[in-house]
Amino acid sequence: MDFARSTVLVCGGTGCTSSGSQKILEAFETQLAAKGLEKEVKVVQTGCFGLCALGPVVIVYPEGSFYSMVKPEDVEEIVSEHLLKGRIVKRLLYDETVQDENIKSLNEVDFYKKQNRIALRNCGVIDPENIDEYIALDGYRALGKVLTEMTPEGVIEEIKASGLRGRGGGGFPTGIKWMLAAKSPNVIGKYVCCNADEGDPGAFMDRSVLEGDPHAVIEAMAIAAYAINAEQGYIYIRAEYPIAVKRLQIAIEQAREYGLLGQNIFGTDFSFDLEIRLGAGAFVCGEETALMTSIEGMRGEPRPRPPFPAVKGLWEKPTLLNNVETYANIPQIILNGSEWFNSIGTEKSKGTKVFALGGKINNTGLVEVAMGTTLREIVEEIGGGIPGGKKFKAAQTGGPSGGCIPASLMDVPIDYDSLIQIGSMMGSGGLIVMDEDNCMVDIAKFFLEFTVDESCGKCTPCRIGTKRMLEILEKITQGKGTLEDLDRLEALAYNIKETALCGLGQTAPNPVLSTLRYFRDEYEAHVIDKKCPAGVCKALLSYVIVEDKCKGCSLCAKQCPANAIYGEIKSPFRIDPEKCIKCGACVEKCRFNAIVVK
Amino acid sequence: MLNQQQTVAFNGTKEQEAKLMEVIGRYKGTDGALIPVLHEAQEIYGYLPIEVQAIISKNLDVTMAEIYGVVTFYTQFTTQPKGKYKIGVCLGTACYVKGSGDILNKIKEKLGISEGECTPDGKYSIDATRCIGACGLAPVLTVNDDVYGKLTVDDVEGILAKYND
Repeated sequence: MDFARSTVLVCGGTGCTSSGSQKILEAFETQLAAKGLEKEVKVVQTGCFGLCALGPVVIVYPEGSFYSMVKPEDVEEIVSEHLLKGRIVKRLLYDETVQDENIKSLNEVDFYKKQNRIALRNCGVIDPENIDEYIALDGYRALGKVLTEMTPEGVIEEIKASGLRGRGGGGFPTGIKWMLAAKSPNVIGKYVCCNADEGDPGAFMDRSVLEGDPHAVIEAMAIAAYAINAEQGYIYIRAEYPIAVKRLQIAIEQAREYGLLGQNIFGTDFSFDLEIRLGAGAFVCGEETALMTSIEGMRGEPRPRPPFPAVKGLWEKPTLLNNVETYANIPQIILNGSEWFNSIGTEKSKGTKVFALGGKINNTGLVEVAMGTTLREIVEEIGGGIPGGKKFKAAQTGGPSGGCIPASLMDVPIDYDSLIQIGSMMGSGGLIVMDEDNCMVDIAKFFLEFTVDESCGKCTPCRIGTKRMLEILEKITQGKGTLEDLDRLEALAYNIKETALCGLGQTAPNPVLSTLRYFRDEYEAHVIDKKCPAGVCKALLSYVIVEDKCKGCSLCAKQCPANAIYGEIKSPFRIDPEKCIKCGACVEKCRFNAIVVK
Repeated sequence: MLNQQQTVAFNGTKEQEAKLMEVIGRYKGTDGALIPVLHEAQEIYGYLPIEVQAIISKNLDVTMAEIYGVVTFYTQFTTQPKGKYKIGVCLGTACYVKGSGDILNKIKEKLGISEGECTPDGKYSIDATRCIGACGLAPVLTVNDDVYGKLTVDDVEGILAKYND
């Protein structure tokens, strides 16, 4: 390998690729070639750096200069100034890294300072399409150690002692899951599966791990296979993630080439191989039994447990199923020991958790923090607060299975148990921030629409119950709800929680229950006052022209599709509420901000 | 989904059928072959009309009922052809709280069709998609493989104008 004096890392995660990082990569290659620097400077496309809001992101080493929102036309300047003359292009640096003319290291920036990257350790650091870079950072050393120095029982003991719990949402202790799968006799095969069907809207951590560090997952699955005595693995991944699928395919091929997958790995008698299976757009397939039915090529409907997958899973064989992020922790636990992992986090939730920060927050992106970090630290310090000086209203965790955490609970340390206690759940780690402009009834309705759409229809509580709940919510947002509806909603929610067949159905009422618990006043405003305090639910809004501001230009009246606005030129106009269809066209047209929505 | 009528007559070519047969040959005999075959068949034809399902049924030895059940269960599979320009508006949570619903409405109004439909000239189709994982850029829409992020309702017209041929 040639030694380069500088390395340019261009983020190739989905966020940055969507904002054009591929063009930037190409621009670097042509510019460097034009200046004859292609041998001295190496350009690498990496996985996600995490700070997606500032994409496309470019980092130049050895200086560690963090260039944000780079455009293809900026590349020439970076090449001729920074890479040729050694002068950092300050105007393009992420402004948090510049302080009084000095340039801070990335680790001192608020966004990264509080993070502890274990699952994401290689994301944004290595080229995910090059196995040598993974190996150079201790890659596959854990697998080597396991195969040559440890017994399967020893591996399971180590994972158990680490206290690692499933990162896909439920939080089941990983070591115990492995032990159960290991105990099942291997008559004619066992399977190791990886759940990469990241269906929670607003969650993209598994995708980033697969895009940025696919070998970590492959290595961990091989370790798991050794521990439970399996020879075949499947990775079930969403078809909506084309970049992740491609990098995973490349990684599997490279691992086979190096003899890290296939027969007699590391010269031992352990053999293991992997196959990718694509999902086809069904949220319920993230549920473990549905996922396996889908791999079998059928409609992805869940089935009752027991028997648990550890006893009877894929093709009725004992099967171990873990989530992407869970696997990404495994090689590090093997290498650094369970005590190291155990020292991070809270009493019952060990290690770190990756969150996808999204919604009304300045630093949208991917963060990994120790368990027990408070919501306030994540939102205000790492996330940089809420844009536009708006007020924080709630954070939604756990997607359609989770709930909304109000401002009053922002100091609760985030771990599996405390989130359940306050009516939400960890989920896979989506964390959507909402401000005062978001209506909580509307958000509850949004999630119910999602579940109704995604309900597989197998069990009645979920198929019909969620539909009825949605109908009540629609009634409320249209101003036709009553106080009895709120009670009915709550009773129905508890019924579904108790009787639905799978995790999707049992948790589907959570968004409604948590908003009812913390934002009942908003529901009541919809029901009693027939108002939507956040100004979202259209049927409850009224459009009014402020007399002092109206100049009588008549522009709004011309725009109105319902002829609801009347008046005389040069004197204030009026809106007839009977005729108004609340389309908002007048507000868009008014040049004097004279039309308000109440 | 069940009552959907096929609006466009099927006109698959011999080449497409040959490709499909090659795919079926490759997967025949492997466990759980149906979904990978359907994925590739949809890539060949653009959609999965009943005629294509029939070819798969006959050659993969799977009943029509099972195939139809699988096709209609998964949202990625479609029995309707899509437009030349496939517009997808992300309705994931991050995009939704940032107003992607308004963007979807604007596109529907501009094109005069609803989600899941295709314009009569076959040019545009609209889908409300699940989270595509580009939450950092919310709200997001896609046209075929192009991604547009950090949108406002006013951007819609300009984007549609780019796909006008």
